[in-house]
Amino acid sequence: MLFNKALRGGVQSVLRLQSTNAAAVAATSSQNAPSTGFCFEMTDQQKEFQELARKFSREEIVPVAAAYDRSGEYPFPIIKRAWELGLMNSHIPEDCGGMGLGIFDSCLITEELAYGCTGVQTAIEANSLGQMPVIIAGNDFQKKKYLGRMTEEPLMCAYGVTEPGAGSDVAGLKTRAEKKGDEYVVNGQKMWITNGGKANWYFLLARTDADPKCPTSKAFTGFIVDADSPGILVGRKELNMGQRCSDTRGITFEDVRIPKENVLIGEGAGFKIAMGAFDKTRPPVAAGATGLAQRALDEATGYALERKTFGKLIAEHQAVSFLLAEMAMKVELARMGWQRSAWEVDNGRRNTYYASIAKAFAGDIANQVASDAVQVFGGNGFNSEYPVEKLMRDAKIYQIYEGTAQIQRLIISREHFGRFKK
Amino acid sequence: MSPASVFVCLSLTLLSDYPVIRVKPDNSGVVTDGVKHSMNPFCEIAVEEAVKLKEKKFIKEVVAVSCGPTQVTETIRTALAMGCDRGIHVEVSGKDYEAMGPLQIAKIFAALAKKEEASLVILGKQAIDDDCNQTGQMTAALLDWPQGTFASEVTIDGEKVKVVREIDGGLETIKISMPAVLTADLRLNTPRYATLPNIMKAKKKKIANMKPADLGVDMVSRVEVLRVDEPPTRLAGVKVETVDDLVAKLKANGTI
Repeated sequence: MLFNKALRGGVQSVLRLQSTNAAAVAATSSQNAPSTGFCFEMTDQQKEFQELARKFSREEIVPVAAAYDRSGEYPFPIIKRAWELGLMNSHIPEDCGGMGLGIFDSCLITEELAYGCTGVQTAIEANSLGQMPVIIAGNDFQKKKYLGRMTEEPLMCAYGVTEPGAGSDVAGLKTRAEKKGDEYVVNGQKMWITNGGKANWYFLLARTDADPKCPTSKAFTGFIVDADSPGILVGRKELNMGQRCSDTRGITFEDVRIPKENVLIGEGAGFKIAMGAFDKTRPPVAAGATGLAQRALDEATGYALERKTFGKLIAEHQAVSFLLAEMAMKVELARMGWQRSAWEVDNGRRNTYYASIAKAFAGDIANQVASDAVQVFGGNGFNSEYPVEKLMRDAKIYQIYEGTAQIQRLIISREHFGRFKK
Repeated sequence: MSPASVFVCLSLTLLSDYPVIRVKPDNSGVVTDGVKHSMNPFCEIAVEEAVKLKEKKFIKEVVAVSCGPTQVTETIRTALAMGCDRGIHVEVSGKDYEAMGPLQIAKIFAALAKKEEASLVILGKQAIDDDCNQTGQMTAALLDWPQGTFASEVTIDGEKVKVVREIDGGLETIKISMPAVLTADLRLNTPRYATLPNIMKAKKKKIANMKPADLGVDMVSRVEVLRVDEPPTRLAGVKVETVDDLVAKLKANGTI
């Protein structure tokens, strides 16, 4: 039995990074220096990263994904393995023991992991989401303390913003943090916190200014909270439609005391930090949705080239081949979407417009492509013995978390009008 | 003399499970354009073994070597990411590359091993695209070094190497003196993944470039490929109802 390096079809069209720290070193080694400006070539290092993530995903995630989905068990063995290979926590700066990768490189990895299982990939991605506020707004002490530990052992963290009564409406958060001496006392409830039950620490957004007239940009504060702080009550693991091995919980804070050293930037700076993190975390989510869509496309194509009906392969019937063609269109464009948004932010530009477009589009097409894949499989597609029904269940959340499809449209229209008026 | 450097000689092959390998229309060979290439699986095992020996401190340095066009530098980089210290790329391209066979490769590896004073040369037992299973043996012969082929276990014992070989009859254990040539078989080890940090570190490792002429190697092939054909299409079988029928049929077509 020789090692199977699964070759997945589809042209990998990729934009080449030009100027981030990690990429600058990599870029100089690229053998294809473009002369036409715009470029879709990856650097050799990016190709190697992608190759590693792909191999890991196909060999270690794919075979166990269905079992984790059925049992709902947290996939810690895979997460630990991914951590050992350096496939996690890619944004942590080098001076905290991390690799300081740009968003593009980490999206490359995310797409490959998501191809294997988005439940696993979400658990891993939640680490990046939780860490991002610390990476962009933490001081040296906070970074060394909370990011440093992530590279020393395979720990998880979580992003605690959403509440039972406020998801999209972040300004409507009710969790209160009151200053008492050198500490803040927090009371409130968070909901749908990925890695809620496994986190070593949380990024928490809470309201510090009780005055309802206080503007959103000053009323909230971002904190780092150790998960073993007294008063934190972790709820039950929620049983969701898809990505079932990911750990999602409600967390209650009862008089939880946070030292003032754990405030990010300062009182009132929280909203901006929480939103700023999204520009860097939406491209990876889009990449995850793209990975799922690619998997759905590959599974459906493989099936179409085996199943026969009316005397020929179903792939030879135009109804099916057209369906696959449209699925392919969507996957390629979703990929270009995350690539552009990642490239923009890695080049130091504000990428909100592109990040929202990428996430909105990828989330939508992931659902369409997964549903179409079930269709191609016919009756078999509906059945749990075949891999596509899981993809359809897993895809739905991509239209909801990290900013709903509707919120993305709000953002895109606002950005669009802003550009139009210039 | 404790082993100083180990050469791992790598082969870039056609991907093992690529859907369709096609014979060229003129039957002169197999279509390689556009077919994904990667490191030969047995060569991966060879790299893993060399890196393991270095980790156990039996050897000081692992050098990854490969012959071929620019593409092979990717293979060497992967080996560097797995733990080799430096690489050597012997550039062979165009017509020379198409005509390159085990003898030419063995001459190159032998010349390099001598030049760099390697103590061990480890190769994969065979390349999965041509299945020649000759390069390791030829290299040893050209160097007049002992060889331990089809190795499923390698132990360094002072100045000797104990090799357990997988042979048709079972397992054979031999002890050979270094310098020696080893070829890796499937069960020797399970190659590690190159971790992301190691891939990044590998960028700083050096890959030296040279040509066969620099080593005084004559690349002319003494073998001419006359024709390449696909295997004959498999004919449908015939089903029979009873054992008597089976025997009768086999007798009728002269098989028994």
